[in-house]
Amino acid sequence: MNYVLSIVTLAGINMIAVLGLSIFTGFTGLFSFGHAALVGIGAYASAILTYYYFVPFPIALVAGMAASALVSLVIGIPTLRARLRSDYFAIAILGFGEALRVILENLEITNGARGLPGIEPFTTLPIVAGCLAVSVWVASNFLRSRYGAACIAVREDPVAAEMAGINLFRTRLLSLVVSAAFCGLSGGLLAHFLSFIQPVMFTLVQSTALLAAVIAGGMGSITGPLIASFIFIAMPEALRVAQMWRLVAYGLVLVLIMLFRPQGLMGYQELTTFFRRSRNDRPAA
Amino acid sequence: MTGPLLEVKDLTKTFGGIRAVDGLSFAVAPGAITGIIGPNGAGKTTVFNLVTGVYRPDAGSIDFEGRSLLGIRPDQIVGAGIARTFQNIRLFNRRTCLENVLTPLLQKAPYSVPAALLRTPGVRRMDRELREKSRFLLAEMGLEKLADVQASALPYGLQRKLEIARALAMEPRLLLLDEPAAGMNPEESRALSALIEEIRERFNQTILLIEHHMDVVMRVCSHIVVMNFGALLAEGPPEKVRTDEKVLQAYLGKEYRNA
Repeated sequence: MNYVLSIVTLAGINMIAVLGLSIFTGFTGLFSFGHAALVGIGAYASAILTYYYFVPFPIALVAGMAASALVSLVIGIPTLRARLRSDYFAIAILGFGEALRVILENLEITNGARGLPGIEPFTTLPIVAGCLAVSVWVASNFLRSRYGAACIAVREDPVAAEMAGINLFRTRLLSLVVSAAFCGLSGGLLAHFLSFIQPVMFTLVQSTALLAAVIAGGMGSITGPLIASFIFIAMPEALRVAQMWRLVAYGLVLVLIMLFRPQGLMGYQELTTFFRRSRNDRPAA
Repeated sequence: MTGPLLEVKDLTKTFGGIRAVDGLSFAVAPGAITGIIGPNGAGKTTVFNLVTGVYRPDAGSIDFEGRSLLGIRPDQIVGAGIARTFQNIRLFNRRTCLENVLTPLLQKAPYSVPAALLRTPGVRRMDRELREKSRFLLAEMGLEKLADVQASALPYGLQRKLEIARALAMEPRLLLLDEPAAGMNPEESRALSALIEEIRERFNQTILLIEHHMDVVMRVCSHIVVMNFGALLAEGPPEKVRTDEKVLQAYLGKEYRNA
């Protein structure tokens, strides 16, 4: 595949994971230092299915999503129970991410730390574009529904949310499971794009990169994190000529965004709202 | 129903060594506006927090429509028919006025997660109907022109009104208002008194309110509960409470007798 197209494909895959984390962190207001592990679950689950069992690619993708969602349920149920505080979850999933790496490195079916080579490269740019489009559509449907309204209410004020008849635990758990399914899809696409996965691809470093895209793009926005995610994937590639200085540029961009737009690129807005602004931005009477 | 709508008995809550609520008993009659007054720190808001399940009482009972509210979650208590506003306004600040009212309304929409993800025609229709209903509730509070304005951009008095609109969206049978007139000038608080009476008529509401503005309390409440140091100091109709020697001494002040 053409070099530029492969970068765009990779960015698209990453955007799906960022979209998932955005629902959890941007819209529900909970932090996670382990969403890359959920990407990893999806990657390994789907790759194992196509690699050993010759399961058709679409079914393997769905299975990867289901596996991530299921694992998130197992982590979420004990950790999201605390009524008002949910910091426990961020730490629990951090631990889970590191534990997952060790597990993957020691299982036979995952081929240990050497990683799983020779996965069929089923993932193409049109497939990624289609998955991304459907994901954005589904995510925005979710956020417009009663469930999305509950997530945002929990982020804005948990006590007031309860007084609006919202069950904090169920809302947070649902947000996590939905976000995990997106991460699982991203992982399945990633495995069948790179045709090689190994455990170190899904650790804290990647989780932090996902979180950075959500925060830099704007909490409570869908389009902002997607744009940030694209920039963060494309920029290091575009700057390859600058060799190791490109990592400095990456850091610099992050620092500049936090300095000049601490609410993120899009703040709590969508790209579409900028076009409608003049109508809605009348000052309060 | 003949008995009281809400009945609190021997309610006690301690924080460390402080008895915030100390063996308090009172009842709220259906259809009435009942007021809770008392000096700062008397435990009035704590009573609200106990009734709505934010805190768990150490002792005593809280019965709503004859059923105990003890040990159930705040969202279940709201579902049972009690809604409230907060002393230090708690709106969904970064959402519009419409969305603030829509959020509780949506929680009763009976569609499933898969239907929501696909945004089926049924979901669309229900959301549209609830949006209309939200506009209606905003109009009731005189906020219809501000539907698309972010809640945090509203002036203080309107934020209080929006909070009441959001509470009414829960379709409660008992409405708890925590200092609805706080920060209002005499003219605004007069208008608020009228609004509270109107809400009672229009929505057939029973209301329990905490208030420091005596003009509001004496005008709208048919029954007043006076608290001091977490315990009941006096109780009765406004005429009786405003001349009660203990109440004058602890809270209203001697000058009030002549006012």
